[in-house]
Amino acid sequence: MNAVEKVDVLVVGSGFGGAIAAYHLAAGGASVTVLERGPWLEGEDFDHDFKLGSSYTRIFDFVVGDGMSLLGGNCVGGGSVVYFAAMPRAPRFVFERHGSIGRRMWPAAITRDALDPWYDRVTESLPVTRQDWSDVTYSGGLFAAACAHAGRTANPVPVAIDASKCTNCNWMMAGCRFDAKRSLLFNYLPAAIAHGATIRPMHEVQKLTRNADGGYRVHFNIIDDSDYRITAGDGVIDAKIVILAAGAGATPVILQRSEPELGTMPHAVGRYFSGNGERLNTAILNEDRVRDLLGLEKADGVPYAASQIGKGPCVASWDRLDGSRPEYTRYSLEQLYFPPGFGTILAQVPDATGPSWFGAEKKEIVKRWQSWLTIFAMTEDDNEGVFGPPPPTGNATRISQQMLGKGPIRYDPTPNTLRGWALADADVKDIMERDGLSRVMPWTNDVVGAYTVHPLASCRIGDDPATSALDDGHELRGHPGIFVTDGSAVPGALTVNPALTIAALAERAMPGIVRAARERGIDVTYGAPAPDGATSARNAVLALVRD
Amino acid sequence: MQPDITDEQHQTMTLEAFADTIVPGEKRFPGDVAVAGAAPGGGAVAAGALALLADPATGIANDLGAFADLLNEHARKYIAEHGLTTDPALPPLVGLSFAHRTTLIQQLTGPDHPEKEFWILVALFSNMAFDTGAHLHTADAMAAGHPGLAAMGFARPGPDGLWRFPDYSYGRPLANLHPSTTASGSPS
Ligand SMILES: Cc1cc2nc3c(=O)[nH]c(=O)nc-3n(C[C@H](O)[C@H](O)[C@H](O)COP(=O)(O)OP(=O)(O)OC[C@H]3O[C@@H](n4cnc5c(N)ncnc54)[C@H](O)[C@@H]3O)c2cc1C
Ligand code: SF4
Repeated sequence: MNAVEKVDVLVVGSGFGGAIAAYHLAAGGASVTVLERGPWLEGEDFDHDFKLGSSYTRIFDFVVGDGMSLLGGNCVGGGSVVYFAAMPRAPRFVFERHGSIGRRMWPAAITRDALDPWYDRVTESLPVTRQDWSDVTYSGGLFAAACAHAGRTANPVPVAIDASKCTNCNWMMAGCRFDAKRSLLFNYLPAAIAHGATIRPMHEVQKLTRNADGGYRVHFNIIDDSDYRITAGDGVIDAKIVILAAGAGATPVILQRSEPELGTMPHAVGRYFSGNGERLNTAILNEDRVRDLLGLEKADGVPYAASQIGKGPCVASWDRLDGSRPEYTRYSLEQLYFPPGFGTILAQVPDATGPSWFGAEKKEIVKRWQSWLTIFAMTEDDNEGVFGPPPPTGNATRISQQMLGKGPIRYDPTPNTLRGWALADADVKDIMERDGLSRVMPWTNDVVGAYTVHPLASCRIGDDPATSALDDGHELRGHPGIFVTDGSAVPGALTVNPALTIAALAERAMPGIVRAARERGIDVTYGAPAPDGATSARNAVLALVRD
Repeated sequence: MQPDITDEQHQTMTLEAFADTIVPGEKRFPGDVAVAGAAPGGGAVAAGALALLADPATGIANDLGAFADLLNEHARKYIAEHGLTTDPALPPLVGLSFAHRTTLIQQLTGPDHPEKEFWILVALFSNMAFDTGAHLHTADAMAAGHPGLAAMGFARPGPDGLWRFPDYSYGRPLANLHPSTTASGSPS
């Protein structure tokens, strides 16, 4: 029998939470292995192609649950490879939210001011940059002009995109062919590898068990390269500490599956899931009105008809991110693009006489697709998602060879969540239908339930052991040496895109994780610069972490 | 009256009738019974719904026969409940008018139907055949005039099969910024 492979630190998942942990620990001197269930693609591997089996389905994960569908990354780099790279910071009121527990749900130590230095670290590392109006696409500009027409403000959103390389191809979800999107493939991951970290694609972690020495054994399956339903092998690795960063749709499932052998999990593992309060509306523009009301015209003389052009979300309206408004009534609205398929199936016909999401009337609106504008609302939901018993492997029972599976999550929106959605829908209608500019309908929740590209909070940090699975250092309560640094650690909906906050929390957790690693005999120090060597944000946080 | 049709044709016509209800299209030839002709231009069937459903990548290719049988069972029940008469030579779903097919499929995909999950799956793939042509390389589909992508006005790729949009912006400020935007460009 072969000796079991041993590493200091085993990281599960290579998205934001995993890549940041792998980099800091490797740069600090630990031996680090990252297990990632999806493939390792880059540059030319990213296809402009809807064909099943192209990069689009290889690197994407779509899990249908009961009342909620989760969309996420399935590749080295995780969500950063498929995402839209809009990177705003969360507004300060978010950290004061009570949500469903009747008192502040964030750890006392975390406020917006306390998190800002960690936001700075990520901003320097990716990097994240401000956009100006010349970066804003037709669809973003149209939304901004509609907001202004309705007496609202609108902002170009900060992004992790290199504008000089971006072709506005809008194939963001298939991975960026032009190396313009500053995914983790360009910063934390290569830097981690340069410091000796190993990344193993197609390795799906199933469960953890505890070793006699207080470390953990990580059990994985090797996934077939093209038919992800097939297991091509399995194995184990022993580690002194484990960083779970499989994403909010997968981390709690791994812990639930480990419970029989690891012992009781905190109550909050697999509970308090938030979909970031997501809600989508599609507006179908009246092109003449776009010209007459908003004075817009493209270079070709057509007012808009440009839904296909762009780079995901460019402009958001933050007028309702007002901390003095009551909880559950605050949200941001953001212009967005989803490609056909995801972006068309749930859109509904205004004033339908027959079915609203399929049939002859639907076909008529799909023919006007270039005049569509999709508006994304991020509201305050109620952390009402709960994970049922784990599937046999992974986080879903796979249906298709790639991408599509059926998962154990249940989400039954509370009146608070429904009210937030209704307010956001009404607001979108007010902005986009004013003076006949367009016709608007929310996407239907009758087909795949609600949906989210921002799964959060299913294994969250907090001060209260009854309602949080992790302490404020991201360590799993009752299971020392297991840390969670992905979106599942975020306590609740953020009212803006979450990746920068997920990443900032992971950065903030690192000094403590390094300390815990040292206590377990790992020779590692904290203090690596940004992956490209920049030091200003690092120097600013070093002053905070000296103990 | 149709001449006797094989089981395989039976299955194909049934699935075509389903896909055509999701994205309807014009009849492909005189006497086309599976496609109801409820909308101008090609629909899901012309876009290749059957090829996509039969693609092993979907994971449901092996279940199509069972789906077709089940659909016809539901159609038979529907016909009986509504006291309809349909052409006995046709698969029951195909025998239904477009309006009746629509009502039946609304029921099957409705929030309370116990089999909702897989009818939605078949509906999703029917839809995808039309608006993404997911059984084809997209650049090839565009070159061949794929009816769905063409109807949507999906832009053509460049000669290397990649999309680029050099004209992408109105290029000027179009709204006032939120007054409390921070230096990093975020909400405060
Ligand atoms: C289409 C889309 C657009 C988005 N746009 C934006 C945006 O513009 N701005 C924004 O802020 N956010 C956006 N997001 C959300 C953002 O991508 C996520 O919030 C973020 O990636 C979450 O980071 P994470 O570390 O929690 O997990 P992820 O980045 O999801 O990483 C988890 C990784 O773990 C892997 N994994 C899962 N299970 C296992 C297992 N058992 N074993 C091994 N590996 C496993 C996954 O394959 C994945 O690579 C978008 C998401 C999507 C899907
Ligand atoms: S729109 Fe820009 S950033 Fe997005 S995939 Fe295309 S080139 Fe890359």
